Amino acid sequence: MSNQTGITLALSKGRIFEETLPLLAAAGIVPTDDPEKSRKLIIGTNRPDVRIVIVRATDAPTYVQYGAADMGIAGKDVLIEHGGAGLYQPLDLKIACCRMSVAVQAGFDYAAAVKRGARLRIATKYIQTAREHFAAKGVHVDLIKLYGSMELAPLVGLADAIVDLVSTGGTLKANNLVEVEDIMPISSRLIVNQASMKTKHAQLQPILEAFEAAVEATA
Amino acid sequence: MRRWLLPEAIEDVLPAQARIIERMRGRLLNLFHIHGYELVAPPMLEFVESLLVGSAHDLDLRTFKLVDQQTGRMLGVRADTTPQVARIDAHLLNRKGVARLCYCGTALHTLPGSFQNTREPLQLGAELYGHAGLEADVEVLRLLAHTLELAEVPVSRIDLGHVGVFEALCQQAGLDAEQEQALFAAMQARDVPTLRELVADVVSPWRDALLALPQCYGEVSELSAMRKRMPDHPAVQGALDELQQLVTALQGLPLSIDLSDLRGYHYHTGVVFAAYCRNEPQAIALGGRYDNMGKAYGRSRPATGFSVDLRQLARLVANGVERQAILAPADADPTLQARIEALRAAGEAVVVALPGHEGTWLEAGCTRQLIKRDGEWVLQPLATE
Repeated sequence: MSNQTGITLALSKGRIFEETLPLLAAAGIVPTDDPEKSRKLIIGTNRPDVRIVIVRATDAPTYVQYGAADMGIAGKDVLIEHGGAGLYQPLDLKIACCRMSVAVQAGFDYAAAVKRGARLRIATKYIQTAREHFAAKGVHVDLIKLYGSMELAPLVGLADAIVDLVSTGGTLKANNLVEVEDIMPISSRLIVNQASMKTKHAQLQPILEAFEAAVEATA
Repeated sequence: MRRWLLPEAIEDVLPAQARIIERMRGRLLNLFHIHGYELVAPPMLEFVESLLVGSAHDLDLRTFKLVDQQTGRMLGVRADTTPQVARIDAHLLNRKGVARLCYCGTALHTLPGSFQNTREPLQLGAELYGHAGLEADVEVLRLLAHTLELAEVPVSRIDLGHVGVFEALCQQAGLDAEQEQALFAAMQARDVPTLRELVADVVSPWRDALLALPQCYGEVSELSAMRKRMPDHPAVQGALDELQQLVTALQGLPLSIDLSDLRGYHYHTGVVFAAYCRNEPQAIALGGRYDNMGKAYGRSRPATGFSVDLRQLARLVANGVERQAILAPADADPTLQARIEALRAAGEAVVVALPGHEGTWLEAGCTRQLIKRDGEWVLQPLATE
């Protein structure tokens, strides 16, 4: 592990970072740089023993699993894809909330397609989530892994449906897609490396408690 | 085809590392020997049914399998040696009293585990069969502490848990096997939000206790506070009594408590433990009680023990083992031959030069050389080239 005595926190830029700031403040931690303005990947804080590393949202569990960061924040969507090995997930932070949904082109009869046992082609970034969801429904699917612009897939005939995160539904609407199924609500979780939780317990526990109190106060 | 390429998470052990591993292996097996543990060497391969006992689903996924050409049956390469040693104790040795066994050998994993980055750990362990009392757990934990001390690994803490607490709570809560499995997974991940969903229909006090388990970790001094959060049920309190007795008996060891740590592989039944070293993102030793395993092999026996991965421990050791070989010239002088034999008999590594290969002695780890002076072969430091 790179940071021997201090604590390293893995965060992704954007919504998760913005919505984590108040939680960090509750734990008495204030970052010294704004990742949107700075190109630095390691950001200091007002506390000499706490630093923040800026990672891609999908990489946060990996950094924490291998101990490159002691704790991090990751969406439930990302955690399901990662599998959660080597991680503690003690806290639902109730930030960056949205939902995982199935969407199809307007006019496509999803219910009928599912009912007659058709084999659906599903485009998604969330392979695990999609596989588990359709397996639980008893529907056979062919999964097509995409890395972005999922909304395009049904429009150009690449897939019958997509599985994607929906926040306001604006992008779906603009592309003539409709949400046909709500798979699960998504929010961000606090994740902690299992060994760090034990060897750095005295340092991590107060942060955990401050986060928990802050989450409860806003609920 | 790059013929030099190895599969992922499979590696060679090179001389410097091999020296550390071999020294450690020798020291630790000797430690086990002087504590009365007898060495056994189970086979690399067995029928899959023998390797996988109980509900060890994760062990199943981790086991490499192949078909036995002689019987058409499925063979597995061991992913964990403990069930094999339990089989030896239960079926082959058949001793009435206590059996203390140890082993050291390679295991193979289909996937690099969350606790080990290599897929080929060199598993070294000690197991104690035939005694159900806490004295056996105390002995094994002391031996673990000795092991890590002798391996020169800086241990930061040894976490104690007890599977009995979780099991009693699940039983009282009336959960079926599938629900218990889901709860087990959530408990291992300390996934409190999922835990809350899973126990939504469970009645108090079992619900509150299950939800409190992930918070029941910390210093041994907090054990009595944890006890107050658990219901007054004989099985639960009995398990906590055992932990308290262990803590009292093992003063001086860097112990701490973690009641939600249930260990993998699903075969543990009582006290479980894991050792951690600061700045190592995985446990460095795992162990605990697994009283029912022998039943699968025909004889139920109380059992407890632990294992470590020597490759992992060797990585954590600060000091290497210096090679201090002696260079001898290529010379047919019989007194030189006699001197070489004497040095080798005393345990020194003597490298005899081959003609035409001068200048590679430091690379070969030579630090001294034999020189003829006044008709005598004497040792002196190797002149740096």
